[in-house]
Amino acid sequence: MKTRLIIGLLLLGLVGVSGCAEIKPWVKPYERNNLADPIMSLDRHGAAGSYIHHVYQAREGARGAEGGAGGGCGCN
Amino acid sequence: MVQEVVVVVIKSSVSAVISKKPFFKAFLGLLITVNSLLGSSSAIAGTLPVDSVDILYHRFDGGGMEIDGPFVLLRKSIGTQVSVNGHYYIDSVSAASIDVVANASEYTEERTEISAGVDFLHEKTMISTGYTNSEENDFEADSVFLSIGQDFFGDLTKLTMGYARGWDKVGKIESDFSEDVDRQIYKLGMSQVLTKNSLMGIDIETISDEGYLNNPYRSYRYFDSDPSQDNGDGIATEVYPETRTSTAVAVRGLYYLPYRASIKGEYRYFNDSWGIDAHTYEVLYVHPFGRQWTLEGRVRRYSQSSADFYSDIFSHKGAEDFMARDKELSTYTGMTYGGGVTYELGQGVIPHVNKLKLTLLVDYLKYEYDNFRDVTAGGGNLTAGTEPFYEFDAWVTRASITFEY
Repeated sequence: MKTRLIIGLLLLGLVGVSGCAEIKPWVKPYERNNLADPIMSLDRHGAAGSYIHHVYQAREGARGAEGGAGGGCGCN
Repeated sequence: MVQEVVVVVIKSSVSAVISKKPFFKAFLGLLITVNSLLGSSSAIAGTLPVDSVDILYHRFDGGGMEIDGPFVLLRKSIGTQVSVNGHYYIDSVSAASIDVVANASEYTEERTEISAGVDFLHEKTMISTGYTNSEENDFEADSVFLSIGQDFFGDLTKLTMGYARGWDKVGKIESDFSEDVDRQIYKLGMSQVLTKNSLMGIDIETISDEGYLNNPYRSYRYFDSDPSQDNGDGIATEVYPETRTSTAVAVRGLYYLPYRASIKGEYRYFNDSWGIDAHTYEVLYVHPFGRQWTLEGRVRRYSQSSADFYSDIFSHKGAEDFMARDKELSTYTGMTYGGGVTYELGQGVIPHVNKLKLTLLVDYLKYEYDNFRDVTAGGGNLTAGTEPFYEFDAWVTRASITFEY
């Protein structure tokens, strides 16, 4: 219940923030060369990265929020 | 039984490789800007994943378990808005772990998993959906997921929400035992560019399970005064609650160092309705050498407290409503020390291949348990409750070849 409340509040906050259309990007596109470097990816290894999460999920009680946002079944 | 289902989330890798030759600084500055627009759009803004073939060989060796097999993943775009993907994954298991040695016979088995998925891009919104099936001789799992990602604020912010549903069928070899598990997963993720050299991510994930959550092969143990029990203990089938709800919150930060290297820090807090609290810390350092070689090293620490109904040995048979002796529910700490090397070849080396990437990653894992005893110690003849605490180490190897085309 507490978790759903937190997620609900976060969603509400994001909806509220996204309504402020006047916020301008503080890092300009031409300043993003370092960010575009492959070494700045949160998930560089694709399938190999997924596999190591799988190794941990089978041996540890904790599960979820492993990163690499964007789908996945997340089953245990 | 191996209750392991891989989560396959493949993000597009960023294609830009940045040269740092000073002689062409001005010219390269322009190229870098163009690259950054494309590259950052891959990393941050909504673009379809790159078409690729990813072939991974994986191996886990330690704690009496040897698991290896292939993992093949394909991605192909159809037009400019749709990308389809599928994977095929095998775990070939040879098991003589402490859980098996203590209560059962060594075994070998194989688990096969297949999946199919679609990504659909509309302006800055990415909708992804997919189906996964996993089968072994005593276990079957099906799952579906749907996720939506959206970029905001000049693509500095990316928000992702996901929902997944899973249905497991738990069986037992050489019996007609069959039980179900239903699972629901809620995910919320955000990545945020902080400065031109740093970004961060926050992920929240809640999972709720309902059904038969035991491992049907495992037992709890209890003090038994029956003189036929040499060591003073007896065993009985575990009794788990039929529901579990867990929440994990993770924060990650990634910083670009002045000499072209990156450092990533990560913390995850986990809590569930069984009373487990867990903390995960990880630091990763990535250092490229030239355009083709990249080295990396990482350290990870995991620790957790026991589930409320865990005990290494209960006072007597049926002592509590719920009883478990799975080491995954005990109090313990796990360390990982890992290293890796990546070698990349760019366009022109192989016809129709834009990039070829070879990766080798090796990790050393060490787990030390604080209240799970090694019942096999001393030839299994020690008095119940006096055995040393269990520990094991393992090597995990991942070798992959990736073609982007």
